[in-house]
Amino acid sequence: MWLFLSSEFLFFGALITNYLVYGNDPFPSVVPREIYDIPFTSVSSFVLLMSSLTMVLAHHSLSTKDQNGTRTWLLATAMLGSIFLGGQVFEFYEFITAHGMTMTTNAAASSFFMLTGFHGAHVAIGVTMLLSLFGMAKRQGGLSEEHGLNLELVGLYWHFVDIIWIVIFTLVYLLGAV
Amino acid sequence: MTATAERPTTTIFRRPDTTSGFWSWITTVDHKKIGIMYGYAAFIFFIIGGMEALMIRIQLAGPNGTFLTAPEYNALFSTHGITMIFLFVMPVSAAFMNYLLPLMIGARDVAFPRMNAVSWWIFFFGALFTYSVIFFGKVVAPLGVEGVAGNVDAADRSLLGGLPDGGWFLYQPNAGPNFTPGHAIDFAMLGLQLLGIASLISAVNFIVTVFNMRAKGMRLLRMPVFVWMTLVVAFLLLFSLPIIAVALFMGTFDRSFGTLFFEAAGGGDPVLWQHLFWLFGHPEVYILILPAMGIVSEVLPVFSRKPLFGYAAIVFAGGGIAFLGFGVWAHHMFSSAITPVAQAAFGLSTMTIAIPTGIKIFNWIGTMWGGRLRFKTPMLFSIGFVAMFVIGGLSGVTHSVVPSDWQQTDTYYIVAHFHYVLFGGAIFGLFSGLYYWFPKLTGRMMNEGLGKTHFWIQLIGFNLTFAPMHWLGLQGMVRRTWRYAPETHFGPWNLAVTIGAFTIALGILIFMFNWTYSKRRGAPSGLDPWDARTIEWTIPNPTPEYNYAEVPTVTGLDHFWHLKYTQDDEGRALRRDDADEIIADLDYRGSHPSSPVHLPSPSYFPILMAMGLPLIAYGIIFHRGLPGKALIVLGALITIGSLLGWGMEPLDPDPPAGDGGDQMELAGAHG
Repeated sequence: MWLFLSSEFLFFGALITNYLVYGNDPFPSVVPREIYDIPFTSVSSFVLLMSSLTMVLAHHSLSTKDQNGTRTWLLATAMLGSIFLGGQVFEFYEFITAHGMTMTTNAAASSFFMLTGFHGAHVAIGVTMLLSLFGMAKRQGGLSEEHGLNLELVGLYWHFVDIIWIVIFTLVYLLGAV
Repeated sequence: MTATAERPTTTIFRRPDTTSGFWSWITTVDHKKIGIMYGYAAFIFFIIGGMEALMIRIQLAGPNGTFLTAPEYNALFSTHGITMIFLFVMPVSAAFMNYLLPLMIGARDVAFPRMNAVSWWIFFFGALFTYSVIFFGKVVAPLGVEGVAGNVDAADRSLLGGLPDGGWFLYQPNAGPNFTPGHAIDFAMLGLQLLGIASLISAVNFIVTVFNMRAKGMRLLRMPVFVWMTLVVAFLLLFSLPIIAVALFMGTFDRSFGTLFFEAAGGGDPVLWQHLFWLFGHPEVYILILPAMGIVSEVLPVFSRKPLFGYAAIVFAGGGIAFLGFGVWAHHMFSSAITPVAQAAFGLSTMTIAIPTGIKIFNWIGTMWGGRLRFKTPMLFSIGFVAMFVIGGLSGVTHSVVPSDWQQTDTYYIVAHFHYVLFGGAIFGLFSGLYYWFPKLTGRMMNEGLGKTHFWIQLIGFNLTFAPMHWLGLQGMVRRTWRYAPETHFGPWNLAVTIGAFTIALGILIFMFNWTYSKRRGAPSGLDPWDARTIEWTIPNPTPEYNYAEVPTVTGLDHFWHLKYTQDDEGRALRRDDADEIIADLDYRGSHPSSPVHLPSPSYFPILMAMGLPLIAYGIIFHRGLPGKALIVLGALITIGSLLGWGMEPLDPDPPAGDGGDQMELAGAHG
């Protein structure tokens, strides 16, 4: 799993570099950095970060054999992830309708949607995995630490997705807006 | 079959338990069966790629060739490259890795057997997907260009003209939506994406296997060089594939969803594609050559009856090549828009690659030096590898000189260079491995006479094909051009090249005959046909299903050799008196395990999961219609569903070492 994530770092590394190349392009019409809604994105970033906390709590509950706690926190993590995704959908919708910026507007916009879109897809896969774990936990009467490292691996993946978002939020949104 | 442990029957997810016949191949998780399937599939694509090359050569045999139309020619040389690189050399290397890696480190299987199966099936369906373009592809004239319509019309009706035609590196914006409409490039891009997923899964699997599954005493610096090269290649794959994945996604989005990454009109930059592509593409070159180097490093010591000269140096040189390989990509772009400083820097870094490569060459020569050489077929191919690779390597160094490269770029000189390293290098090395490990696979020997005939025909044919390309290139014959005028006087050498190409084909036919014949009628090999050095030869041939009846304990580099040989006073190898008894004993114990051996159970889910992905890819290409959208959903459902099934599948009751099959399955969903 660590190896897979190391590969993923290069995947996002390439995407972020791509945005940095194009992001400040003054090319026609809309420039992504001028239309970010920083307060809104800050809130959704906070939600995503909190989901890392609930993930840790789920892991902790499992280590104390608290099956109920594990399930609750898993569900909470999935919920927070979904809220983040909802926020992203709303943000995309705003950009497209209110500002007229779509994937095909210019290269900067293309790279913005590509980067955040792929991150969103990763979050969505993460949510699917969390829900699967939740389902397995119900069905098999509980997860265990010994039987596979499922929860730990999903946790690793989830934290990775969060860390990448911190980088994206800093580089794309915050530094872009100054 | 000795895997007799009982399985729980209470669950609806029963695991398949066939051990022979069709279904056993479909559901297998055995690294040997997967390796064999990889090998045969790759060889079929070798034949296809070879036939494409022959058609190219017929067209170029004389001036103003009329055998192919221009679109057909474009499609054939592009598809030839994609096929040979991604569908032959990479998977046949994967075949060797799959088959040999566990044997060489004394393991029963790889760390994640089901992931291994999923990787193979994704490769298989990805390859079929890539070639299925022949049913959907159609040559369409670039926007605003009417002049070539005459040719396009002719090719419109031909299957060949519908193959991907942007060169194997799919340069943008030529391979973008405006200049290459139609679906051919879509298939190439998404096909490569699928093959990349397969390689990525393999890479993770092999790295974990090497680090966790070694037998007792098999320290890292006691591993055979081939295992080391597998490890290095796996890391190369791990770090270079995500980059090409991004580039291919960007290209696909440009083509299918109208993004503007490479369209200058929207602020995009075509050179970015070149950077991303070669940042993957150059490590890819080492992904192709390093496994062959590993094979040669196994074969030379055996037939020289000497230890490998400078074992550690060869291992670290392999790592060094891989590391430097990430710092030289722009030497493919000296004639693109990069600054003089960048040109100088990349020229220098390219020259430094010659150092670790030179270390390897000298160590191979040092291995042979003073040895008692036995010129069996595998040895001949390995020596051929070293000789041809030196020629290819040296012409490669000439490209690192920027002004020289400007003269050579896009001429046949480049074609000559990379065929000397990839055919004279990689493919000679791979054939050496095929002859060397054939007994391991079948328990029989390849016919020596036919093998040597194959070698000499192929060596002569190879040089007749690719050596004249050097001078053709220096005379100014350009690549990727479907005809040349009689006034250029390129004709005679081109005819020689074409004759050479057919000579190679003859050699390959002899090999195919030899393989089929020896598989049935070859002399039985016994346990140790080559007087080998490494531990994969301490078990019976063909390899038993459980590999090692008991897990071996390794006491040093070349463990098997030291079982058989000692030294006399002058340091010369002296065969022990009881060597034959040791071998007979190994043969008996290897096929009579003292206790039941537990093996990972087969599974349906790898093939199911792999089936979902090409459906998604079809869906993306045809996303404008309803069937396309439906396909995406269907493919995603199949993939996610089989991943869930995979996760719920009963574990083995008493998992063998590395109970890992289940650890990574959800991560696979990323693809």
